[in-house]
Amino acid sequence: MRELSLHVLDLMENSKAAGARTVWVSVEEDLVRDLLTIEVRDDGKGMSQDQAQAALDPFVTSRTTRKVGLGLPLFLAAARRCEGDLTIESEAGKGTCVRAWFRRSHIDRAPIGDMAGTIATFSGLNPMIRTVYSHKVTKKASNTQASDTQREFRFDSYEVVKYLGEDSRVLQNPEVINWMRCHCEEGIRNLYGGEGE
Amino acid sequence: MTGIKSIEDLRALKEKALLGLKQRETSNKPYIVVGMGTCGIAAGAREVMKAILDELEKRHMTDVLVSQTGCIGLCAKEPLVDVTLPGQPKVTYGNVNEAKARQIVAQHVVNGQPVYEWAINVVEAK
Repeated sequence: MRELSLHVLDLMENSKAAGARTVWVSVEEDLVRDLLTIEVRDDGKGMSQDQAQAALDPFVTSRTTRKVGLGLPLFLAAARRCEGDLTIESEAGKGTCVRAWFRRSHIDRAPIGDMAGTIATFSGLNPMIRTVYSHKVTKKASNTQASDTQREFRFDSYEVVKYLGEDSRVLQNPEVINWMRCHCEEGIRNLYGGEGE
Repeated sequence: MTGIKSIEDLRALKEKALLGLKQRETSNKPYIVVGMGTCGIAAGAREVMKAILDELEKRHMTDVLVSQTGCIGLCAKEPLVDVTLPGQPKVTYGNVNEAKARQIVAQHVVNGQPVYEWAINVVEAK
């Protein structure tokens, strides 16, 4: 995968397959500690401890059409080659949380990529699933005396539904999807504003 | 794409979006499916999906159903896109990219002429 946002989309598809009603995606960029953390959490059917460990094996998959499942192993490999790692916390009947972290400045770290595209596409194509996105950027204050500054962008597909009435299928409207994408793009862009001052 | 992103812009979409819902329920509509398994995503399915949605948005075609599916086992030909028009055969396109996706919308979905040179499978309507 060329972008981390594509791994995120892939994990969101896993959540959907697990019957999730809500998917929480979180991206945290800590420029002070040089750390990038990506988390995808859901309230789907979850896995047992054994299943969760086995999910990192490329030759284990829940589907029946073929014997390989590469989504999680690929994301794990992406994290490990950047001095990071990946964990899966899961409980049967409660949901799953996949967390990966990377050294943000690592030369092999893929760009985060088009997170807005991932979130808007998933929200629009899966109107019955609530998509909640949080993206935080923490950086050192320009003044050495001041504490670190943190900015956050949040998006919740059900907030959009609320503005547009009751029926979540409005999220499928191409114009609404486009609005969500532009909205997320702008929100994420604003997180980096003023850098280098 | 123009910058429509404020809450006011969203409100302005409200009526149109709700009207779209009504039309959706009453008419027999074209159906587009994009393969979004790990293989599809790695091959560029998200960009293909974005291009399709963008073309539909430009043409205000809110009556087209767009959906996604997992891996169907033809990973080498991903991104895969299925287009079914009411009463027409289901056409599966392989190795679709952004440009092809835009042309498929224009030629097949809008004008009803399948792009046979890119089709890898055609299933007659039942």
